[in-house]
Amino acid sequence: MSSSTLPSRAPGGSKLVLRMGALGYLGLILLGPVGLVFYRTFEHGLAAAWNSVTTPDAQHAFWLTVELVAISVPLNTIFGIAAATAIVRHRFPGRRLFDSLLDLPFAVSPVVVGLAIVLVYGRKGWFGTWLADHGIQVIFSVPGMVLATIFVSLPFVVREVIPVLREIGTEQEEAATTLGASPFTTFRRITLPAIRWGVVYGVVLTTARALGEFGAVSVVSGHVAGQTETLTLHVQDRFEAFDLTGAYAASVVLALLAIATLASMTLLRRRGAPA
Amino acid sequence: MSIEVTAVRKTFGDFVAVDGVTFAVRDGSLTALLGPSGSGKSTLLRLIAGLEAPDAGRVVIGGADRTDTPARNRDVGFVFQHYAPFKHMTVRDNVGFGLRIRKVPRDRIRARVAELLELVHLEGYADRYPSQLSGGQRQRMALARALAVEPRVLLLDEPFGALDATVRKELRAWLRRLHDEVHVTTIFVTHDQEEAMEVAEQIVVMNEGRIEQIGTPRDVYERPASEFVMGFVGPVTRVGDAAVRPHDLDVRTTPAAGAVEAMIERVVHLGFEVRLELVTGDGLPISAQITRQAAEELELRNGQIVYVRPNRLLRAVA
Repeated sequence: MSSSTLPSRAPGGSKLVLRMGALGYLGLILLGPVGLVFYRTFEHGLAAAWNSVTTPDAQHAFWLTVELVAISVPLNTIFGIAAATAIVRHRFPGRRLFDSLLDLPFAVSPVVVGLAIVLVYGRKGWFGTWLADHGIQVIFSVPGMVLATIFVSLPFVVREVIPVLREIGTEQEEAATTLGASPFTTFRRITLPAIRWGVVYGVVLTTARALGEFGAVSVVSGHVAGQTETLTLHVQDRFEAFDLTGAYAASVVLALLAIATLASMTLLRRRGAPA
Repeated sequence: MSIEVTAVRKTFGDFVAVDGVTFAVRDGSLTALLGPSGSGKSTLLRLIAGLEAPDAGRVVIGGADRTDTPARNRDVGFVFQHYAPFKHMTVRDNVGFGLRIRKVPRDRIRARVAELLELVHLEGYADRYPSQLSGGQRQRMALARALAVEPRVLLLDEPFGALDATVRKELRAWLRRLHDEVHVTTIFVTHDQEEAMEVAEQIVVMNEGRIEQIGTPRDVYERPASEFVMGFVGPVTRVGDAAVRPHDLDVRTTPAAGAVEAMIERVVHLGFEVRLELVTGDGLPISAQITRQAAEELELRNGQIVYVRPNRLLRAVA
């Protein structure tokens, strides 16, 4: 037996098996179900799908979802950059604890997060009486849903930015300082451009998470159609009302939002200067 | 501008990086901070720039106490060991950065950047990114960037440390010429004694956070203030109790007064010079360096007995 043909063929074969395995797995877990959702949405024609996503409740759910994303993503981005800078560039007591606490939203089930918010801000919660006296309703209303969304999507920007900040080091910032730049100028002109891809990726993940959040928002929202129903809650609502086209159509809208987010990141990346 | 550093001390936790250092450099001079790694020379440079705050002591630049002035207001040009290029900016934007944040008009920035790029021989590279430059080019870009804001003093941290040997030699000579042209008070950090000797007018030798000696290159080489300086700035060999540079030894084939008898173990040809590895009757090694011509005249070979005598002794002055 020639020793030269066998070893060269074996990796080729195993590579093929590996590739097929990965693709098959992806198809089974991701492409199949998502494709099926798309198929079911348009099963009864484009008009039926369009009618389902343009009902007042569906439209309201869409805009509420966009609103939650529009509030929580910028806040978490600013917080994320600030927290990452504090952890990487500064030494302060409790830094390690702070660093670990940031992962709490990953570790705690969103349902528990929702319950915790109810316990703190609910009618019988810590701030409940004070809030009620001032006419502010947090639970079963948008503020509570914003809180829940912020909480569950908190760590993404921080976790993306920290390794990038570590990698770029402090020399460029120090160089800017010796050239006369103020801390703010240094941050805006040197640090921010250097970490921009980490931030962009963190924003994409935060957006995706905020779009798709179900558990925590579900607990604090009270599920009032046309008032406190996000797209994910709307999907559940339609599903339970046996309006399958409505459920699938809303799912497709969610999927399209996510795809738009990913596409805008890809576009930004293409336009970016060489780093 | 002159720089005066007085009793400056800096610790990092338990580690004393700079331990009460005092020295001064005069306006327009070119000084080397020379020492092994961990000797505190880079920390000292960062203290002068204001990138570190001293635990004690004062830093005076141009007659004004700058100890409590933040780095960005010190008018100090700093070139980092790895050049710290702004990776997302072109060479032109890198060099113009200091001017841009000072709100200098656009056309004046353009003119000044062009002038500086010519000074550092990077005329054709204005639109490149740092990643498209070689190490030496990046270094010169960093230098132009530091000079753009017309700093009162120029500080360079291991300016040639990350370059290969040929580029290094070229840049040394170039830095020397540049200093003659620009005349800005310059301090550079190096662990390479040859580099310090070749470039600097004054050398500050540091060890373990303290200054061992301050002097001209010739001073520290010929009249080292301590055993440490003696060994750090050049080769040392011992003949009996005396310390001597290997090239300050007379080697002859006949006995003479004050000469030590030794046997040649190895003759090493180094081109222009010949190094002799000798051993005395007591088994002590001696290293001698003589010209090729002298070696040929003496017809030296391995195993031969020779007599060596120091013609210029090194003595730790302290």
